[in-house]
Amino acid sequence: MTSGHVDFDGQIVAFAEDLRTEGVSVGTSELLDAFSALELVDWGALGDFRETLAATIAKSPEDRRLFALVFDRFFFRATELEALRLEVAEPQTRFGDGELDLDELRRQIARALRDSTDGDLRDLARLAIAAFGKGHGSGVLGVDVQRIRRALGLRSERQPELPEDDPRREGIPREQLRRFEQALRRELERAQIERNQALPPKRALTDLDRSLPGGPVQDLAAVHRVVAQLRRRLASGGHELRGHSRHAHVDVRATMRASLQTGGVPITLKYRPRRPRRPELFVLCDVSTSVTSASTFFLSILHALHDVFRKQRSFVFIERISEVTDVFQRERDFRAAAAAISRDAGVADISGYTDYGRVWSEFLAEIEDELHPRATVIVLGDARTNGRPPREDLFAAITAKAGRTFWLNPEPKLYWNYGDSVISAYAQYCEAFECWRTDQLEDFVRALTRPRVS
Amino acid sequence: MANEPTSAQEMADGLRAVGYLADGPTALVSFLATKLGKPVLVEGPAGVGKTELAKALAKYLGRELVRLQCYEGLDEAKALYEWNYRKQLLRIQAESDGAGWDSVQDDIFGEQFLLERPLLTAIAASEPVVLLIDEIDKTDQEFEAMLLELLSDFQITIPELGRIEARTHPVVLLTSNNSRELTEALKRRCLYLWLDYPDFEHELEIVRVHCPELPETITRKLVEVVQMVRELDLKKPPSIAESIDWARALLLLGADDIDQAVFRETMSVIVKHRTDLDTVAERVGVRLEPAQAV
Repeated sequence: MTSGHVDFDGQIVAFAEDLRTEGVSVGTSELLDAFSALELVDWGALGDFRETLAATIAKSPEDRRLFALVFDRFFFRATELEALRLEVAEPQTRFGDGELDLDELRRQIARALRDSTDGDLRDLARLAIAAFGKGHGSGVLGVDVQRIRRALGLRSERQPELPEDDPRREGIPREQLRRFEQALRRELERAQIERNQALPPKRALTDLDRSLPGGPVQDLAAVHRVVAQLRRRLASGGHELRGHSRHAHVDVRATMRASLQTGGVPITLKYRPRRPRRPELFVLCDVSTSVTSASTFFLSILHALHDVFRKQRSFVFIERISEVTDVFQRERDFRAAAAAISRDAGVADISGYTDYGRVWSEFLAEIEDELHPRATVIVLGDARTNGRPPREDLFAAITAKAGRTFWLNPEPKLYWNYGDSVISAYAQYCEAFECWRTDQLEDFVRALTRPRVS
Repeated sequence: MANEPTSAQEMADGLRAVGYLADGPTALVSFLATKLGKPVLVEGPAGVGKTELAKALAKYLGRELVRLQCYEGLDEAKALYEWNYRKQLLRIQAESDGAGWDSVQDDIFGEQFLLERPLLTAIAASEPVVLLIDEIDKTDQEFEAMLLELLSDFQITIPELGRIEARTHPVVLLTSNNSRELTEALKRRCLYLWLDYPDFEHELEIVRVHCPELPETITRKLVEVVQMVRELDLKKPPSIAESIDWARALLLLGADDIDQAVFRETMSVIVKHRTDLDTVAERVGVRLEPAQAV
């Protein structure tokens, strides 16, 4: 980036390199595709150029998001670098004193923002900066952006105190506002580069940039999506690792067909393809007070699991264990199910503290005969025993009977084994995962398909 | 009519002429696909017109559409080719005793004993076709791996016959609802197109094209409501296909406005889950004007 002029192909390769550092895997063949595709489109238009690159390089919705971010960053920097090298500066928009009616300008910008779907935000931003951002920047771009936005009186909420004809009265569409802020930030950055005559160091994308826009963790739809994926993985993934089954059914039709090669003598037997087995799930979910914040998340996982698995038995526990399979089968609505569980699951005991030892013994007593090597046991809990004996021997008995056992712990790994957390005692018998966000749930799903070491 | 678009704009106009309103990226990627001869992986939520795109492309390019619907457990015999073993058996039985083993063996693995399945059909067609591999995410990874040879080299290897190379270059579209992560190998061979729910203006235009008889005010309101419903957290948000269905239903009913009563009666056209119905009735229904007293 420092050697001045770089040819265009080189820029694209550098862009791909930039993408790779942000975690988008770009293959060489994909780059070649991009080049041959670019020969076909008129890439004088920014939109087409960008779409062509995206279609050949970024191949999932997440990659698309990263692509958009990196694209903006990369080409912004590349242009600025060229501008610096050629010593081109943007003409400054200046206003003489007194000739500017700030209030009128505010209204004009708001009107333009409200009405135009694809208005020239850049010009608006420059105008706004010239009028309201004069010189005294705080040095932090985000602060300046918000200061200018406030000075303009732009809000997404309705502002009923404003006069009837004011375009800001009904609020500016949120999306418009976001784009305007982006344009502001960009123009401020440009001005800063011009002042300093140097590019600031490249900032890597933060987790916040990467994460999808949207609400907090308890996004039911997201949980459902991840669990649906979990089902597919459990049902169809990893056959090749399980070895051959002991018996198989002969496919008569296929055998006959194969026998044609040997003159009608069935020498090679063909077997029916093995259908993916139906997984059986046993899910234990902690609903005690120590996991209150996580239990909504847990219950939504439980709920989502019930949507996709037919052979599933669910239990909630605090001090004792209680089966809630029928609650979920009866109630399709999550809120109703959650209410029903807190009302009549019968786990609201005297103390409200989890007793894992007792939970294991009750679970074993109730379910021991039904556990088999094809069953999967998932425990959702924080492994805080409140000083009671953890009884990991009972837990070991469960894991020995079940095929696989997973533990999802809602606490960050940092807190594991501190205080009364005994997760390490259990973790030696199962695979324990930190899980309090949907992306961690995805990690868990991914881990499920990893080949087993044993 | 065989059309050969020479620019993305031409492609967009052509698709519009056959009743498919493509946005910028869609037209661009379709154009690139015809020019580069690369398969296109189309992803997006259900019902945004992924399959329709393939149909429209076939219509516009004047090619035949060969469709392979994927499902769990789909195997080569259903997707590529199969030996017609009944016919082979008959051939063997009809053979008089005199014929030698060699001639029989040569005979029964000839092309007339081959049952062509969609993929082979697409490859062997004398006229170029549009091949649609629908819902690729429903199949197993093994099947995906099998597709790789077809997608990168446009050839299929049949052990008894050897390699069959494509006589013509098909335009290949793969669709996926993103219910499973596809393998990198497959993605690398494809162009990628993400189709999302359209924005207000675009959807308005789509509904207008498919249901021109519906009064403009109702169309506008309908699209507004659908977009509003989509913002709720639903199990199955309404798709474009469903807004078109709804428009048709309203037309049939002769509704002249979407008020609460009409909405309540016809809501089930766009919302298909019981829990969703409750949410939508609660959140969107009340915002409409109450039914007029008759």
